[in-house]
Amino acid sequence: MENTSKRYWKGVEELRNDATFIKNANSEFANPDETSLDSDSLLGGSNTQRRDFLKAMGFGMAAVTLAACETPVHKAIPYLNKPEFTIPSISDYYASTYVNNGDFASILVETREGRPIKIEGNPLSTISKGGTTAQVQASLLSLYDIDKLKGPQRGNASIGWDVADREIINALNTVAARGGAVRIVTSTIISPTTKAVVADFIAKYPTAQHVMYDANSAFGMMQANQTSFGKAAIPSYAFDKAETIVSIGADFLGTWVAPIAYMRAYAEGRKIGAVGGGKKSMSRHYQFETGLSMTGANADYRSPIKPSQEGVLAVALYNKVAQKLGGTTLGSVTIDVPHLDKAATDLARTRGRSLVVAGSNDPDVQVVINALNSMLGSYGSTIDLNIPVYTRQGNDLQMNGFINDAKAGRVGAVLFFGANPVYDHPRGAELAEVLAKMPLSLSFSDRADETASLCKYITPVPHFLESWGDAEPQAGQLTLIQPAISYIFKTRQFESSLLTWAGKPSDYQVYLKNHWSTTYYPQSTGFDSFDSFWVKCLYDGLFVPQNGQTVAGATTFAGNAAQAATGIAQRFKPGTGMEMSLYEKVSIGTGSMANNPWLQEMPDPVTKACWDNYAALSQKTANYIGVTQNDLVTVKANGKSIELPVMIQPGQADNTVSVAIGYGREKAGKAAAGVGKNVYPFAGILNGYVLFTAGSVTVEKAGGNHEVAQTQTHDTVMGRRAVVQEGRLVDYVKNPTAGRYFPKVVTPEGPVDPANITLWHGYGKPNHSWGMVIDLNSCIGCNACVVGCQAENNVQVVGREEVLMRREMHWIRIDRYYSSDAEAEDFSGLEIASANPEVVFQPMLCQHCSNAPCETVCPVLATTHSTEGLNQMTYNRCIGTRYCANNCPYKVRRFNWFKYFDNDNFDYHFNNDLGKMVINPDVTVRSRGVIEKCSFCVQRIQEGKLTAKKERRRPLPDEIQSACAQACPTNAIIFGDMNNPESTISKVLETEMTERAFHVLEEINVRPQISYLTKIRNKDEMPKQEARQESQV
Amino acid sequence: MSHVTSAVRTPLVTGGKTYADVTEDISRQVEGRPTREWTIAFTISVVVLIYGTACVFWTWWEGLGVWGLNKTVGWAWDITNFVWWVGIGHAGTLISAILLLFRQKWRTAVNRSAEAMTIFAVLCAASFILMHMGRPWLAYWALPLPNTLGSLWVNFKSPLVWDVFAISTYFTVSLVFWYMGLLPDLATIRDRARSKVSRYIYGAFSLGWNGSAKTWARYEYLSLILAGLSTPLVLSVHTIVSMDFATSVIPGWHTTIFPPYFVAGAIFSGFAMVQNLMLIIRVVFKLEDYITIEHVESMNKIITLTGSIVGVAYLTEFFIAWYSGVEFESYAFINRATGPYWWAYAAMMTCNVVSPQLFWSRAIRRSIVWTFTISVVVNIGMWFERFVIIVTSLHRDYLPSSWAMFHPTLFDISDYIFSFGFFFTLFLLFAKFLPVVNMAEVKAIIKSSSEKLPVSVSGVAKGERVANPTFNKDVD
Repeated sequence: MENTSKRYWKGVEELRNDATFIKNANSEFANPDETSLDSDSLLGGSNTQRRDFLKAMGFGMAAVTLAACETPVHKAIPYLNKPEFTIPSISDYYASTYVNNGDFASILVETREGRPIKIEGNPLSTISKGGTTAQVQASLLSLYDIDKLKGPQRGNASIGWDVADREIINALNTVAARGGAVRIVTSTIISPTTKAVVADFIAKYPTAQHVMYDANSAFGMMQANQTSFGKAAIPSYAFDKAETIVSIGADFLGTWVAPIAYMRAYAEGRKIGAVGGGKKSMSRHYQFETGLSMTGANADYRSPIKPSQEGVLAVALYNKVAQKLGGTTLGSVTIDVPHLDKAATDLARTRGRSLVVAGSNDPDVQVVINALNSMLGSYGSTIDLNIPVYTRQGNDLQMNGFINDAKAGRVGAVLFFGANPVYDHPRGAELAEVLAKMPLSLSFSDRADETASLCKYITPVPHFLESWGDAEPQAGQLTLIQPAISYIFKTRQFESSLLTWAGKPSDYQVYLKNHWSTTYYPQSTGFDSFDSFWVKCLYDGLFVPQNGQTVAGATTFAGNAAQAATGIAQRFKPGTGMEMSLYEKVSIGTGSMANNPWLQEMPDPVTKACWDNYAALSQKTANYIGVTQNDLVTVKANGKSIELPVMIQPGQADNTVSVAIGYGREKAGKAAAGVGKNVYPFAGILNGYVLFTAGSVTVEKAGGNHEVAQTQTHDTVMGRRAVVQEGRLVDYVKNPTAGRYFPKVVTPEGPVDPANITLWHGYGKPNHSWGMVIDLNSCIGCNACVVGCQAENNVQVVGREEVLMRREMHWIRIDRYYSSDAEAEDFSGLEIASANPEVVFQPMLCQHCSNAPCETVCPVLATTHSTEGLNQMTYNRCIGTRYCANNCPYKVRRFNWFKYFDNDNFDYHFNNDLGKMVINPDVTVRSRGVIEKCSFCVQRIQEGKLTAKKERRRPLPDEIQSACAQACPTNAIIFGDMNNPESTISKVLETEMTERAFHVLEEINVRPQISYLTKIRNKDEMPKQEARQESQV
Repeated sequence: MSHVTSAVRTPLVTGGKTYADVTEDISRQVEGRPTREWTIAFTISVVVLIYGTACVFWTWWEGLGVWGLNKTVGWAWDITNFVWWVGIGHAGTLISAILLLFRQKWRTAVNRSAEAMTIFAVLCAASFILMHMGRPWLAYWALPLPNTLGSLWVNFKSPLVWDVFAISTYFTVSLVFWYMGLLPDLATIRDRARSKVSRYIYGAFSLGWNGSAKTWARYEYLSLILAGLSTPLVLSVHTIVSMDFATSVIPGWHTTIFPPYFVAGAIFSGFAMVQNLMLIIRVVFKLEDYITIEHVESMNKIITLTGSIVGVAYLTEFFIAWYSGVEFESYAFINRATGPYWWAYAAMMTCNVVSPQLFWSRAIRRSIVWTFTISVVVNIGMWFERFVIIVTSLHRDYLPSSWAMFHPTLFDISDYIFSFGFFFTLFLLFAKFLPVVNMAEVKAIIKSSSEKLPVSVSGVAKGERVANPTFNKDVD
């Protein structure tokens, strides 16, 4: 290498070796006499010297700089000593497990500088397969819930852990010494290690018993399997393998047993064309149910039935299938429900590839279903009894017995963990009365909830993101829970507390490792030490034993279906009386996360209502009672009475009322306070089984009204085929463009494609072209994307009042349209949904139009187009004219009507420092007065591009994912670079561009980057909207 | 400019006024103490203004959430009020510019007030531009100001930027036109002033007017030039305002008929407002001889004409919505007439299309009470027209999932009331401290026919500098 060192001279003087220069060359400061400013000419004879001038200048600069600091930075504290492996602004991911009562998901936790900011699905999991649900996404926010307890309490008084331990051990010993019963009441525990801890505790206190119950019990099913197959377990279902799916009241996509597993599998069976691996067949789904559930909304054929008809319907279905397959029938029942014959025919036709499920907790109904599935040969094909699912293990009879014991004063000590029976058990009120009388009552709840506040002690447990643990959601699937943050409050894990009180070493992490070392490490292969096994399991978040932990046993039906059918027939009283059905909402579930503002604001997939529960009535029933939407009605059943607002629900069975559980939490915290009413007490108990139904209900007009906040108030699509395009499978098989609508613009040269008429030159997308494909066939409407986006993009919660003002801030929403029976052009008729409508879910977000109407109208260029096809929003340039929002044909732009942070009117997580820890530091928190909207997660795109650049490569296909696409449990949303031929989106569009892919509102030629794939129904009849268009021609 | 006046033409000024009478009649209220009626009216206006200002302040302090707007309806009363006030602001320039060019000499009695009304209305309109912004303190970003932010510039494609230019130009030209027209009258009042203060103030504002032939000549030339400049503005301002809607993609907004339709509507509402103000002024200030029934009738004829144009436009819109075959467009109009806001549409049709047709009856168009009532009705109708266009188009556009209703809140209403307080406070100050009728120009039309003046010039008030009686600018 040649010597490139050069000599630089500071001035001509140095170059010339000027004498004066050389003289002064080594003195650091020049002679002031020579260099002072020419005072006479410049400063009018003042004595200001150069240095004074510089001082004054310096001060002035500093003062001006300080004065110009518009926004002071609060509390940005840098690391004094940087923790190892933590790089500020770089995310770390930890594999962990979401466990909330029985619900489960294998997850990755994104942490930033030691605080979890996002939950993603763990793609390694064979159960959730990288998918999440809205509840999983939202559980992050519960970590930063300000309403949680800060430490253990005796009554309302805070005490230290040492005091608590001493007093509780004393109390336990006193009870034990007397031989008094100790009861550990929990919801389903899917952790084998926790169960081992409980066993240790019971070993120490032999009078202790573990009572598990579930607010949403599936005990009837387990009992039925016990009588039918000798296994008190819930089998695993393969919805992807089923060609005919019949569900009697089971909301298996939303809330039934293990929806996260069923969603993905169900969607696999519904995907067709490019997203379905080229297949042109899909499952056919029949749903018989009372209220319109999210699952029912996805069905091809749906029939409303009364809750009391579930059992008879199961028997009738059995009989019809038996007739077709030549089996024996179970006594004669007559029931006239639409599509029943058709369902039976299809089940029989696809024997061996059929699946029948029922949501009822009545073991008799489940026995009949088992018999039916057995006759259909489902066991071994679509149902696997050898891989039981453990996410519901609650035992209604034990719980009932516990309450009886408690009332009789036979319980000396009770410990509640993950259980809030005072609130969520139908006999909660009875329990509440006797809790105070017990010698020791204790709750592990993280807050002083309805049960905990009646207990003598509360020893709060940390959030699962602060905890160690494991989970076994189904046989042969083990996952680990590891903390992603250290304890925020002075909490202690349930297991540590039990171990302490049992007099054992209380470090649960050590216990867990030991348990895995002795139990699971021997089942592994290929690890040279337990440590490497442990590290690998922690890294992956899960462990699947090689030998496959299946539970062997018979799968031949050995139950007595005839006896079950007789029981059903005896209890069935055909009548016209009003009946009540309690159901779980996809958002709030059993109510355990009711204080989570993200879930409260998440619109119900079907009703689009948030922040409330309500009495869902069919239009006919409402007319009969003389009420309309939002009128208050008094619902009376089982000697209880409650006032609820009316929700007119298309698809609701006549003479029934459906009300969601999980509301009316009085002691959950600020967000849940005053939201809805608690209807658990209305649940019936039949032979000890909790049934979410009630007969002999009266619903009367109560006078007054209460407006239910809905994010969508117009139910139908008004026959607009430019918005939703749908077809039939039979037509699709013949012609993949079935259901497509090709608008034309008439010009003097004849009709032309609207895309061929434009004023614009268009934008070049030379590098990337980010786009999205949304498959309407696999979108089940679950809202996981909505909450995922909310978490990723710091989307504000605005509360019920503001939702009533139609100002929710969600960047992505799921439009839900009901079909209408009216003819085209009958606009007032089209506004009315059918009595039992077909439903379409359409995720709607910024379409990133290439000819964006919002961009041209912004006076200040706050919204512009990128060279990668993004429609960008520059918050700090926005002056808030809202012209862009008005001119958006998709109405996806959101305005900050108020300052939503640090504002007591919006007292959610953005109003306290703890809650603000959930903020994604990559995304600006928008100030009041500016517009915001979906950015296609530009921060993720940027991060992905930078990573690729640092590694000197192109971003890999599908490497960069938007939050919604990542959250989607059914892969209905495909995000990617349309310029990269290897990306999934490009491959899908390659074939679908001429088949199923369409742009919403194609005729206005805004050229969105988002394509939708037509909704294809597996129906023999013409879809209603389609039929209407045909009849018009 | 010469013209022949018919001997049979009815005089434009009745009551046999002399030049001195004109000066006396019009200067009286400027020089005298405020009348009781004025004091009461002014007090009410100021109270309304204070209440309105408090509400506007709260709107800015809390955020636009205090209004009833939502994710679907992003504009409602704010832009309705803005367009309504801008529309009202059209009459002044129309009267002073276009009617000047058309040599409608009756305009001289009303042009001063109409121009003042224009300026104040445009100010009210501008207040809604500021008010409707999410961050009004950054409003100057809508101006193409040189800045240090690099190449950051305004979006010249945006109709809102065109609005900024259109309205500011219109305001500037109107203000100059109005002020220039005030100069001779300010000088008259200066010359008649008894107190030093008023002599000083009016003197300063009259910019050294000396009434010389040269001054008058320049005044005339400037009038003509400004009239020429303003004439296209009358058409351009509302054309551009209409483009806020016409260039969008929203069904019901995206309509090529908007420019002429909006201009006609603006003149329609502007004249109605002029009628209302004039009818009050002529009574309160006893100017019945200057603002005569002939004036009222002429303006009513213009109201009927523009009202009918607007009516035809409404029907044309409907026809085109059907004829185009565009389902969204068709539905937008069906929804206007029969949707949840049918009552607003009905109010618009009744007030704007039906009510001005009553003026076909001579008795009604010459009746003060009828004129006043119908003018009020017309302005209500024109407010509803803008409401119908803005709100009913937005509330049900393309995706039915986003369809929503707009319900006004107290602040929507109060911020509108603010503009009334603002307008009437300014107008009453104008009416008290400035001559409401252009004395110099009215003097030129006292002799509207070839007949001799009925009364000879006499009794020149003390201190008055007699305007050149032989000077008639139209004859000149």
